[in-house]
Amino acid sequence: MGDTYGSRRLKPARYRCGIVDQPGGRLTPRFGSLCMTIATRQTAAGLDVDKLLRMYRQMTAIRLFEERVNDLYTRALMPGLAHLYIGEEAVAVGICEALRPDDYITSTHRGHGHCLAKGAAPRLMFAELLGKEAGYCKGKGGSMHIADPATGNLGANAIVAGGAGIATGAAFSSKYLGTGRMAVCFFGEGALGQGVLYETMNMAQLWKLPVLYACENNLYNEYTHYSETTAGDMLARPAAFGIAAESVDGQNVRAVHTAASAMVERARRGDGPGFLLLNTYRYRGHHVGDVAREYYRSKQEEQRWMTERDPIALHGEWLVAEGLADRATLDRIHAEVAAEMDAAVEFALNAPYPDPGRVDEDVYA
Amino acid sequence: MPETATAVRELTFGEAIREALAEELRRDPRVVLLGEDVAEAGTAFKVLKGLVEEFGKDRVIDTPISEPGFTGLAVGAAMTGMRPIVDIMFGDFMALIMDQVVNQAAKVHYMSGGKWKVPLVVRATMGATRRSAAQHSQSLHAWPSHVPGLKVVVPSTPHDAKGLLKSAIRDDNPVVFFEDKISYAKVKGPVPDGDYTIPLGVADVKREGRDITLVATSSMVQVALGAATMLEEVGISAEVVDPRTMWPLDEKTLVESVRKTSRAMVIDEGYFRYGVTGEIASVIAEGAFYDLDGPVRRLGARHVPVPFSPALEDATVPTERAVFELARKMCNKS
Repeated sequence: MGDTYGSRRLKPARYRCGIVDQPGGRLTPRFGSLCMTIATRQTAAGLDVDKLLRMYRQMTAIRLFEERVNDLYTRALMPGLAHLYIGEEAVAVGICEALRPDDYITSTHRGHGHCLAKGAAPRLMFAELLGKEAGYCKGKGGSMHIADPATGNLGANAIVAGGAGIATGAAFSSKYLGTGRMAVCFFGEGALGQGVLYETMNMAQLWKLPVLYACENNLYNEYTHYSETTAGDMLARPAAFGIAAESVDGQNVRAVHTAASAMVERARRGDGPGFLLLNTYRYRGHHVGDVAREYYRSKQEEQRWMTERDPIALHGEWLVAEGLADRATLDRIHAEVAAEMDAAVEFALNAPYPDPGRVDEDVYA
Repeated sequence: MPETATAVRELTFGEAIREALAEELRRDPRVVLLGEDVAEAGTAFKVLKGLVEEFGKDRVIDTPISEPGFTGLAVGAAMTGMRPIVDIMFGDFMALIMDQVVNQAAKVHYMSGGKWKVPLVVRATMGATRRSAAQHSQSLHAWPSHVPGLKVVVPSTPHDAKGLLKSAIRDDNPVVFFEDKISYAKVKGPVPDGDYTIPLGVADVKREGRDITLVATSSMVQVALGAATMLEEVGISAEVVDPRTMWPLDEKTLVESVRKTSRAMVIDEGYFRYGVTGEIASVIAEGAFYDLDGPVRRLGARHVPVPFSPALEDATVPTERAVFELARKMCNKS
């Protein structure tokens, strides 16, 4: 999918969008005008300039969030492990920017990016990662289970393809109840090995459910290159069900957004599910502790992706080249997000742990 | 028990279940039925016969043969405003849906810190002696009972089946509801017309007695009642207690009964080892140890895959005669 954004040069305006610190408080395309001092500005192709800038900010937020997660791990301040999304930011952001606030997502063990892109508050996420009472799940879920009804987040799932049933079921509800809500099922290419994915894709197409299957091909099923686990053509799999499927450059946030928007629009219209194969790369290991990786991939390969295909750098360069932002603007975004993330980490570190007496709560509704 | 029902008719176990489903489908538009051959076929056991005619194919939905897929879909639908009921034709297929039930449905509420709910009912069958061999005959209700976050119902009578199924459908948690497939047509009993519910977690004393408590589940309640009649003829008064739900478990009623009778036997159609009988026996031993005249005894399915040949299969399930003999021995009247 090519870059369909126009090239008319516009002066960047002040904006104050992106991730804010209240669940459900994120300003979204639908309400974009609320946070701008002037009416919505569009490129020649009719795309929202503020959205383009917000996508930059959101990707930066994910990157800086994840860097702090890694830091908390290495300083032994975080219990357990975490699976970092660094390198894949354009996928979550490009897709979530195509959604309404009340649309649903299911996420994965590598889910921080999806949760943030859908509007999660960093401080409540950090609190959850540290096992604190203030966290999204009161410390009962942790890194792999961030869930938040306020942002339509049905939950990150630590079973590979665990979100397939849930996302498809949310789309089923949407159609049955007539709410018009979309469901996005994020999963990695490793999930292509799970049968339940095909069972649910089959039903989604049979019943024309508004669900988008977002397959993030970061090349590695944990520690194994996908070519060792995946026969045939990946896109032939959804195609076998008659599901609209497309391969996208997952490092180009605009390409992801354009493709996702088209899929979402047709699914919402009642034309059935979509499948996006998002070609991306996991900069870090399978989890924060996976640091010696030479046995499954080379440092040169990692270096090549980081220097040539970085989604944030690429989008920043494009914004500057198009005259939609200057370097100073991008630097300011970075600084603002960094300050926000530092404050969020501080909040989480200072937040109390749950009372052990609450361990039996929430088993039953 | 909120009993507002009026007339009482004799219904089969299967008819009572269909009536509960029909009434709940009528009562709540969020209720849908999903499963293999649930619509026109009314399932392999014909329990759902007629529902699609009244409620249409949008609410009585034939699925592909994809148990994990449609159970997973139902979990997501339950989280987002529906009250789905999935039909697992044979309880043996629990093995196929365990990830969706155990890792998804059971844990969503807890993992989300209480934010998401899964008001889902999984209806599954259980019970042997139908000559269906090893993959269509198991009673696997111990499996979900082992997992926090799930409720498990094992009704034994048409009256209980209707009231408990309504409670299960209205519950905000995932409930696995096991129906004994032999009972569908064989067990008949009085069922009130109209709406009533039976709370989950309340045992029922099916027969009062003084000398021994027979704790029995599902199909084994009829077996225990038959044995109790035989025991009466030899001067032994047996009390039959039906827990009705595996979880929540009404420990109080079980323990109180055994404190009164001083003897306890647990009878269940699931595999004998690491199962329901062991759990209930330990609850009784812990709660009534000083009132017991002897060890709690157990009868369960033999620890073998269910065989096909009637000569073999009938040897795997506790019988009235086996309960009678063991009870007589326990009461020193052999």
